[in-house]
Amino acid sequence: MVDALRGYALVASAWARAAAQYRVSLSTMIFSTLLITGLDFVEILIVFANTHRLAGFTVAQVAFLYGVAATCLGLADLLIGSIERLGERIRDGSFDAMLVRPIPALALAAADRFSVRRVGKLIQSIAILCWALAALDLGMTLERVGLLVLMLASGTVIFLAVFVVGAAFQFVAPGGRETMNAFTYGGGYLTQFPLAIYGRHLVQLVTFVIPLGFINWYPALQFLRAPDPLHLPAALHYLSPAVAALLVLVALGAWTTGLRRYRSTGS
Amino acid sequence: MAIIEMTDIAKSFVVRRRSTGWRRHRREVWAVDGLSLSVEPGEFLGFIGPNGAGKSTTVKMLTGILVPTSGRLRVAGVDPVRDRRRLASRMGVVFGQRTTLWWDLPLQESFELLRQMYRVPTQRFRDNLTRCSDLLDLHQLMPVPVRELSLGQRMRGELTAALLHEPDVLYLDEPTIGLDVVSKLAVREFLAELNRDRGTTILLTTHDLDDIERLCPRIAVVDHGKLIYDGPLVELRARLSGERTMTIEFAGAAPEISGPGIRAARIAASRLQLTLSNEANVPALTAQLVGRGDVVDLAIGEPDIEEVVRRLYVASKP
Repeated sequence: MVDALRGYALVASAWARAAAQYRVSLSTMIFSTLLITGLDFVEILIVFANTHRLAGFTVAQVAFLYGVAATCLGLADLLIGSIERLGERIRDGSFDAMLVRPIPALALAAADRFSVRRVGKLIQSIAILCWALAALDLGMTLERVGLLVLMLASGTVIFLAVFVVGAAFQFVAPGGRETMNAFTYGGGYLTQFPLAIYGRHLVQLVTFVIPLGFINWYPALQFLRAPDPLHLPAALHYLSPAVAALLVLVALGAWTTGLRRYRSTGS
Repeated sequence: MAIIEMTDIAKSFVVRRRSTGWRRHRREVWAVDGLSLSVEPGEFLGFIGPNGAGKSTTVKMLTGILVPTSGRLRVAGVDPVRDRRRLASRMGVVFGQRTTLWWDLPLQESFELLRQMYRVPTQRFRDNLTRCSDLLDLHQLMPVPVRELSLGQRMRGELTAALLHEPDVLYLDEPTIGLDVVSKLAVREFLAELNRDRGTTILLTTHDLDDIERLCPRIAVVDHGKLIYDGPLVELRARLSGERTMTIEFAGAAPEISGPGIRAARIAASRLQLTLSNEANVPALTAQLVGRGDVVDLAIGEPDIEEVVRRLYVASKP
């Protein structure tokens, strides 16, 4: 574990240093991602130009949901987003080079091509989260602050785990990047809106099968003191950290299984 | 004690192929099929064989990238798969056809990263890097990103990268493929010195018979995943060098040529290909050639490595 984190930090900082040599192109790229991801939120504003409430939620509340999910996804993507290219690495053989190092291959694959460029998305998400908090004008009690921190931390870990599961899937199907994106970025998109608008079946899916609902929806219901439009047990509101921990185990298991398969089948 | 010990190693892959309709055929292919090989510390072993013979698969098993299907494998006393990361610090690998360096990082940055990864003490790192860059002429290339290096430059970089942590074993998978003559000589000289002065065990996979002749006292030949020769190069040469080919172009129609130890094949109306074994009487043959036709051109071919291996393979069949 220590080896993995140390190895990750080594490789990621080498990439960051290399990118810093081209300062102009770096800032241009951050700015352009900022602009592009900003369009996501414009979409929400367009919806609210036609209605005051969405499944009972105000624009500030939806902005909060969006801000939390996007911040978590942004953080996870910044940290290990490049792992989605594992399939390419396997196909062109460069994954083998990661297996001859004294560092866990997962850490090397996650840090590969670490890019500060992705911070653009994160800045935009945090800005919207801050705006939402200001517009909501809730009393920021200690409980709320704690809940927010826990929500962001668990949400990020959930997305990290989803990224790793997606990468592990590419051991079986090296062309599986698109499928993986459906869960990572698709999950990010899905959680931008109140889950209540999707109907009961999808909510059950993202609660019990691919637990994306725990990134923002359940803890946010608690945070906003909003009634659950689907009347599910309130205990779900506090389960995010446990779900995140469980998903980490699932992700590590999937990775180990995938790696074992790769090493016994060859490429 | 041997540093590399392979006992009856086999590796099979399952190949799925969609034939007519929707039925899929699973076929098991044995890339390595019962290979036993033992290498002592300080040896320089040439590992040769035609394409698809199982060389790369073997190197991948030795480095812990692939798990053998069956057999017992020990490198430096440990199981390469189970102790992969521990073994990583004791081995260096160069894959000729792909890079183990970071494509977009400058060479210097890649080396620095490896120093930290392998926890090489700063002074030793500096000594090793200086020595390698002197011998391989790398100083000018340090700030250049790996992707901008030529193949020969990159290969010299790869070699340095594989040696910064002073490994006991070095695996080289076709390190001279596509190199120009100058780079090839530099790499060869460097490897010979490394083996001689440091006692680094080297396993060299190559298609280049020249590499083998200059560097490897011992060679192991594989084909179809099986070891078909293991011993000194001199002995193999003696066993096989008897056969040479001679292609002769005549002004007119090619005449009949025959004699003990000579096999003739007419490959065009005016062209003959002769295969000469040790018993061939060369003076008599020359006399025949001059007496019976008008020789326009003549070429003598030494058997290339594919040919040597093919003959070995044919000879080893029951």
